[in-house]
Amino acid sequence: MTVVLTKDGRGRAEQAPPQPPRRHRLNRLDAKVSPYLFVAPFFVLFGAIGLFPLLYTAYVSLFDWEVGADEPAFIGLDNYRTLVEDGQFWNALFNTFSIFVLSSAPQIVIAVAIAALLNENLRARTGWRMGVLLPYVASLVALTIIFGNLFGPQYGLVNNVLSAVGISPIDWQAETFGSHAAIASMVNWRWTGYNALIVLAAMQAIPREVHEAALVDGAGPLRRFFSITLPMLKPTLIFVVVTSTIGGLQIFTEPKLFEPSGGSGGGTEHQYQTVVLYLYQSGFQQLDLGYASAIAWVLFLIVIAVAGLNFLVTRRAVR
Amino acid sequence: MRHRWVSVLICAAVSAAATTACGSGGASQSADGQTELTIATFNEFGYEDLLKEYEAAHPDVKITQRKTGQGQPHHQNLFTKLGAGSGLADVEGVEEGYLSQVMSKAGQFNDLGEIGPKIEDGRWLKWKTEAMTTKDGKLIGYGTDIGPLAMCYRKDLFAQAGLPSDPEGVKALFSTWDSYFAAGDQFVAKVPGVAWFDSAAQVFNAMHNQHETGYYDKSDKLVVDTNPDIKSDWTAVTAAVAKGQSARLAAFSNEWNTGFKLGKFATKTCPSWMLGVVESQAGPENKGKWAVTDAFPDGGGNWGGSYLTVPKQSKNAKKAAELAAWLTAPEQQIKAFKAKGTFPSQVKALDAPELLEQTNAYFGDVKAGALFATQAKKVKAAQYKGPADGQIQETVFSPALQSVEQGKNAEEAWRTAVEGAQKAAK
Repeated sequence: MTVVLTKDGRGRAEQAPPQPPRRHRLNRLDAKVSPYLFVAPFFVLFGAIGLFPLLYTAYVSLFDWEVGADEPAFIGLDNYRTLVEDGQFWNALFNTFSIFVLSSAPQIVIAVAIAALLNENLRARTGWRMGVLLPYVASLVALTIIFGNLFGPQYGLVNNVLSAVGISPIDWQAETFGSHAAIASMVNWRWTGYNALIVLAAMQAIPREVHEAALVDGAGPLRRFFSITLPMLKPTLIFVVVTSTIGGLQIFTEPKLFEPSGGSGGGTEHQYQTVVLYLYQSGFQQLDLGYASAIAWVLFLIVIAVAGLNFLVTRRAVR
Repeated sequence: MRHRWVSVLICAAVSAAATTACGSGGASQSADGQTELTIATFNEFGYEDLLKEYEAAHPDVKITQRKTGQGQPHHQNLFTKLGAGSGLADVEGVEEGYLSQVMSKAGQFNDLGEIGPKIEDGRWLKWKTEAMTTKDGKLIGYGTDIGPLAMCYRKDLFAQAGLPSDPEGVKALFSTWDSYFAAGDQFVAKVPGVAWFDSAAQVFNAMHNQHETGYYDKSDKLVVDTNPDIKSDWTAVTAAVAKGQSARLAAFSNEWNTGFKLGKFATKTCPSWMLGVVESQAGPENKGKWAVTDAFPDGGGNWGGSYLTVPKQSKNAKKAAELAAWLTAPEQQIKAFKAKGTFPSQVKALDAPELLEQTNAYFGDVKAGALFATQAKKVKAAQYKGPADGQIQETVFSPALQSVEQGKNAEEAWRTAVEGAQKAAK
């Protein structure tokens, strides 16, 4: 639109130069500028609290920048070099991916299954649909504290139940896999219902005729699910996978509050310290802002890479 | 033209963000000539009435108190704004656990010996002042309260194990760490399912703090691996863990609280403020079972307590120092003690009748005030704290001891701890 306008204006100026009336000039200014004013709030806010911190973090990551230090020293890429050699970072990265896989994979499968169930003709349908969203409405912190209690190694309910049925209790704090499973269960509890509702909305958008045609052709319910429902859910599944990747790789609150003494180490030997938790520990406990910024940037790149990869994989897998 | 508009908008946004970020400046002179002072505290210092009293006596001073519920966010704010160079209150409270971090930034605090009013010699216990004095003799904080250590124990469980259980009789068990752990062996052999202490880290920290040299020597060199005292403490505590003396409960966790309620351990290293914690966690159903005695293995110790500092950012440093000096005088500290139970660090206040007469009903009407005053005087000297001292204790040694409680080999955990300390000290 803008291009057309300027072309017009230029053409007219070349032919004859009648002084445009004042009103007209104001109108033109209005037409040209006000659209930018209308969209400006978003870009201003994004610039101030999105883009600026992002770039400033990159800048800080090039310094040995301790909170309260008088003169931060420029050290170039040294923080990144230290990071690559830092065993604790790789351990945190492993934990993050392990918790991510343990939470996202079952979550999406169960969410699709729940959505399929909710899509049937149920009595009190709205009640069921609201019901699956309830865990999402509950406060994350309250939820994590309750799960932390359930998974208490000595007096927790889960271990009580396990020993009641003859399985030896698991130290959910000490064992790497145990702690990951405990944290993943919190994530699943909270997000499965939310994702199920998104998938359900997409399911209802699938045209009835397609299903009816398949029914006439003699396709059973399973066949219809795998040949019609799943493929037509593709865009939604991609969305769900990408958002849960972004969320899953940035997991923080659950492991932070799972630590019984309130520290940020993620277990006595960092059994469940995630990347963001390590970032938090470096930045706000050890007050090493430069190093924390480097972690933040590496995590940012990893999230983009993994989200992109998942996008490609989901697009191919669900045809 | 389009570009100009965009850049104007961005400029406006950035400068708006910048001014709000740096907007909360320090105190200033108000129009009517009054000096406005701010004081930032956390938890309960018990200063509410005292500040009103000070304002009444000094009509030219107006005081605003910024209270934070917990110590951790308060200190996070303190260090962030030290870094930002502005935004701190004129008087800032500092807790003992953050001492090493504050001391490593001592240059950003005023030397109270220089700008403060003249204060009588020996107002505070010697070790309290020592800990807040830099190597070149600058005093950067006035002591407020302390947390002298005594031993809390379960009378009923002691009796069950055939150990003496009256406050005088148990003193022999708590005379040295050796006798303490020996009694622990005896105890766990007699009372199955109950441990001797709550957590290895809780015992280790108290032991470690008694040495003159801890993780650092006085030239700020990390001596974790060469200081024989640390290693011998480690060996003693982990040996006790191996013999089942630890309840393996991380301090202040939910399971730790449950442990109090179920009576899963028989002794607890007890600073003065811990009595309230024990009472609320063990609950009314365990009333009369807990007791406290004025004995602590190998002398005394301290855990907790705070200081008042005046950051160099303050625009009214002199008046702020006057306020801080007044608040930390023994007469005022006793009032704060009566208001909120903060145990005084001032020598005179330790002999005040209000303190000596204080009793604790939950612990069988013991004269708690007098008991902890005795314990406070037993502390010999303040351990020198190096730059990363607090961090080594919180994020390296305590988790390493917990990993031993979770079943890790003590020697391996020791190596992890030494490496962790070296990394933290970098």
